[in-house]
Amino acid sequence: MTSLNAPRLASSALLSPPSLSFQGVTYSHEEKVLLGPCSFTLDGIGPTLVMGPNGAGKSLLLRLAHGLLSPSQGRVTWSGDRKPRQAMVFQQPVLLRRSAVANLIHALAVNNVPRRERGKLAFDALDRFGLSACARTPARVLSGGQQQRLALARAWVLSPQVLFLDEPTSALDPAAIKAVEAAVREFHQRGTRIVMTTHDIHQARRLAGDVLFLSGGKVREHTSADAFFNAPVSREAQAFVAGELVE
Amino acid sequence: MENNAFYVALSLLLNFDASLYQIVALSLQVSLLAVLIAAVLGFPLGAAVALWRFPGRGAVIVVLNALMGLPPVVAGLMVYLLLSRAGPLGEWGLLFTPGAMVIAQVVLVLPILAALSRQKVEEMLGEYREQFVSLGMSRARMMPTLLWDARFALLTVLLAGFGRASAEVGAVMMVGGNIDGVTRVMTTAIVLETGKGNLPLALGLGIVLLTLVMLINAAAYLLGELTRRRTG
Repeated sequence: MTSLNAPRLASSALLSPPSLSFQGVTYSHEEKVLLGPCSFTLDGIGPTLVMGPNGAGKSLLLRLAHGLLSPSQGRVTWSGDRKPRQAMVFQQPVLLRRSAVANLIHALAVNNVPRRERGKLAFDALDRFGLSACARTPARVLSGGQQQRLALARAWVLSPQVLFLDEPTSALDPAAIKAVEAAVREFHQRGTRIVMTTHDIHQARRLAGDVLFLSGGKVREHTSADAFFNAPVSREAQAFVAGELVE
Repeated sequence: MENNAFYVALSLLLNFDASLYQIVALSLQVSLLAVLIAAVLGFPLGAAVALWRFPGRGAVIVVLNALMGLPPVVAGLMVYLLLSRAGPLGEWGLLFTPGAMVIAQVVLVLPILAALSRQKVEEMLGEYREQFVSLGMSRARMMPTLLWDARFALLTVLLAGFGRASAEVGAVMMVGGNIDGVTRVMTTAIVLETGKGNLPLALGLGIVLLTLVMLINAAAYLLGELTRRRTG
């Protein structure tokens, strides 16, 4: 990986984010097809909200897109000649047993950012996410909301072109949810492609540019947010938007 | 009064008995150096077995776990054969020196440190794996991160290793020879004094050894607590 220096940070905001394509992707475990076959392309400005009931395959889809899992069949491809820089924020943030700032410095170090630049980038990001006061606090004693903001700050310092978020607010209180959503918008404004799962339809209404709706391991619908919330086409999506309990 | 073990222990300590201090110092030097060498080799070995998948990995884990219970006399015998005049490393002339005792204790402690650190690192890897892959980390890059994040657990592992090293008598007796002033350590001195029927002195040495081990554990515990509070 190349270093994260200032000029590249600036340029990533100007370029449109790379687009992502799933081509006939399936994911199976022990002969059982858990997801797919799925084919779609994310090339709008987003943010893309991946919605659907529990067990629909939202997290699987995110992990396949991010490369944490390999598809059993089909291909996941990106526009451009190489894989874009990506980061992922998990439902339960995985933080190292170190101080908040040391977590960011570690992420910068593994991405080969020169040592002398790490401190400044880390403290800037803590500042941006309202964590300056707890820079030296052990990451694991932070509150749930602070931990998730720290995970977002860690993604931020890596200046990803694509950011995946897997139910990032499902364990948080309203104030913390608000902070996470503000951060997601900030990433979006910086030109980062956002792909986020949620089961909270209100959150999706607040954030979504387009919606990818899954149920039963299949993509039922991929439309603009307006179209999805006002005139869903598939029966499953209609029921989901109407607030019925969809399986 | 003079036959009371506590009295003997206390008077040995308070009179700054030179030979006692020499024995204590040598015991500490040998065991601490052995634990240090075993840690430098064993922690990365344990982490590597946790991180990499290779043919025979299961067998390596079983062997490491089994070697945790290696009888000290067997370790002593192996090192004795290696270092004896006719042995493959006989030219080093290490038999019946403190160096030989360090080697024997490394053989005893290394499997403990490797097997237990393998376990700790593997547990932690299960928790961290997705985040590490997401950050684009190679396995080799994961190793130092995992070892550092497991530092509190590894400190306890280190103490277990030190306990094994400082308590054993069979291996150091065989390869050290219990030579007065050269290779006599606390455990071999206790065996000798018991054999001579000088039970108060043997017991007194035992009390000193216990106290020492206790102090080291207390110091490590306090150090761990302090750092844990500072860094989480």
